Amino acid sequence: MWTFIHKWGSPKWFYAMSARVQPWCWAVSLLLIATGTVWGLAFAPTEVNQGQGDSFRIIYVHVPAAFLAQSVFVSMAAASLVFMVWKIKVADMAATVMAPFGAVMTFVALFSGAVWGVPTWGTWWMWDARLTSMLILLFLFLGVIALRGAFASRDSGSKAASVLAMVGVINIPIIKYSVDWWFTLHQPATFTLTSRPAMPTEMWLPLLVMVLGFYGFFIALTLMRTRNEILRREMNKRWVIDLIREAR
Amino acid sequence: MLDTPQGGLWVAFKATLKRDVTLMFRRRGELLNPLVFFALVVTLFPIGISPDPAVLSLIAPGLLWVAALLAALLSLDSLFRTDYDDGSLEQLLLTPQPLAVLGLAKVAAHWLFTGLPLAIVAPLLGIMLALPAGSYAVLSLSLAIGSASLSLIGAIGAALTVGIARGGVLLSLLILPLYIPVLIFGVGAVQAAINGDGIAAHLAMLGALLAASLLLAPWAIAASLRISING
Repeated sequence: MWTFIHKWGSPKWFYAMSARVQPWCWAVSLLLIATGTVWGLAFAPTEVNQGQGDSFRIIYVHVPAAFLAQSVFVSMAAASLVFMVWKIKVADMAATVMAPFGAVMTFVALFSGAVWGVPTWGTWWMWDARLTSMLILLFLFLGVIALRGAFASRDSGSKAASVLAMVGVINIPIIKYSVDWWFTLHQPATFTLTSRPAMPTEMWLPLLVMVLGFYGFFIALTLMRTRNEILRREMNKRWVIDLIREAR
Repeated sequence: MLDTPQGGLWVAFKATLKRDVTLMFRRRGELLNPLVFFALVVTLFPIGISPDPAVLSLIAPGLLWVAALLAALLSLDSLFRTDYDDGSLEQLLLTPQPLAVLGLAKVAAHWLFTGLPLAIVAPLLGIMLALPAGSYAVLSLSLAIGSASLSLIGAIGAALTVGIARGGVLLSLLILPLYIPVLIFGVGAVQAAINGDGIAAHLAMLGALLAASLLLAPWAIAASLRISING
């Protein structure tokens, strides 16, 4: 068991093994996303209860992106913890490549939320509790990325970014609940969507497919970018030089 | 063996605190800077928005809290900077006592000379912003408790960026998102006092945030200092 885990910690082993897993991840995730997109956009019934019409279909991008935004931060912090405790470099490489992806997903969630806000709330931006926490999450991602880039030595940057990611992940629930509290105190009267009617099965099933597809995409992309990061960092190692020579 | 030079946790804590307090007194001019900054930011708002007391009293709680928060943030960059420059931070790392406790002593000194004065001065600026009566004591109290959390959380960022030449802007990018819960409950307490609601819940949350950061922040500060110095 432990030797199995330790093997994955070696960049060379990780590079070789992920090559086998990666195509499957891509195939499954792209298939799921394609299915979910067609199903959600063309076949799922139109929303009638709140009169949102077809605009509700933004949910098929918005919700998976929002899920991922938070999951990516947690995964990044978990990878950082593994790196800090066991000094496994692959974990740090994974954390490195996760941060920009998480920031993009947070931005996608915010942007699709803003676009969705126009037909439903009549405005691009509301200081809604969820939008506000998402915005703060985006700043946390940007902070981690900026801190990593600010150090001259990559090792110090990795460690500093790891500490910040772990501090951030402890703070995320605190921020989330305090923003919820803040929002209930300042709830604007214009926006009352508190009693959310249950979504019919035909609507949430494609959503589930999309969420799974997005997670698969996250795994596939992280594998791919971690592999690139391995090559970049181990550029001068014997096995990488051999690998490049073979490819030529 | 009572007066061996090494001594325990408490001795090291007191010594670090005393050293920092002494250093602060030697640079008395700098002590005023956060307070002047606080007053200046507060002055900008009536000019920028409206001198009408009705408008000002509406935004006063949040404004005072945000201005105090920014003043505390501004002073953070120098928390470890001078010690880093003259090498005494490395000596701190070499001491046999845990770095977390020594870091906590430095944070305590920082709070004594920024957070606490800000909390004391805030009611004065509250008068200038037509802060409604009955909320002045709560403003001071919430700032006193809240700024202690701000110093603790901010010290993590200061420790992370101390090795970076121009870490000031980066420091605010890292730390401001983490300040939001403190800001919410701090302003909430003052707002509740103005509305005549119970303030206990807000103050309890501020206390809880302080307890949590007292427990966790010193370890993060110590780890960050080690990274900044040893790489």
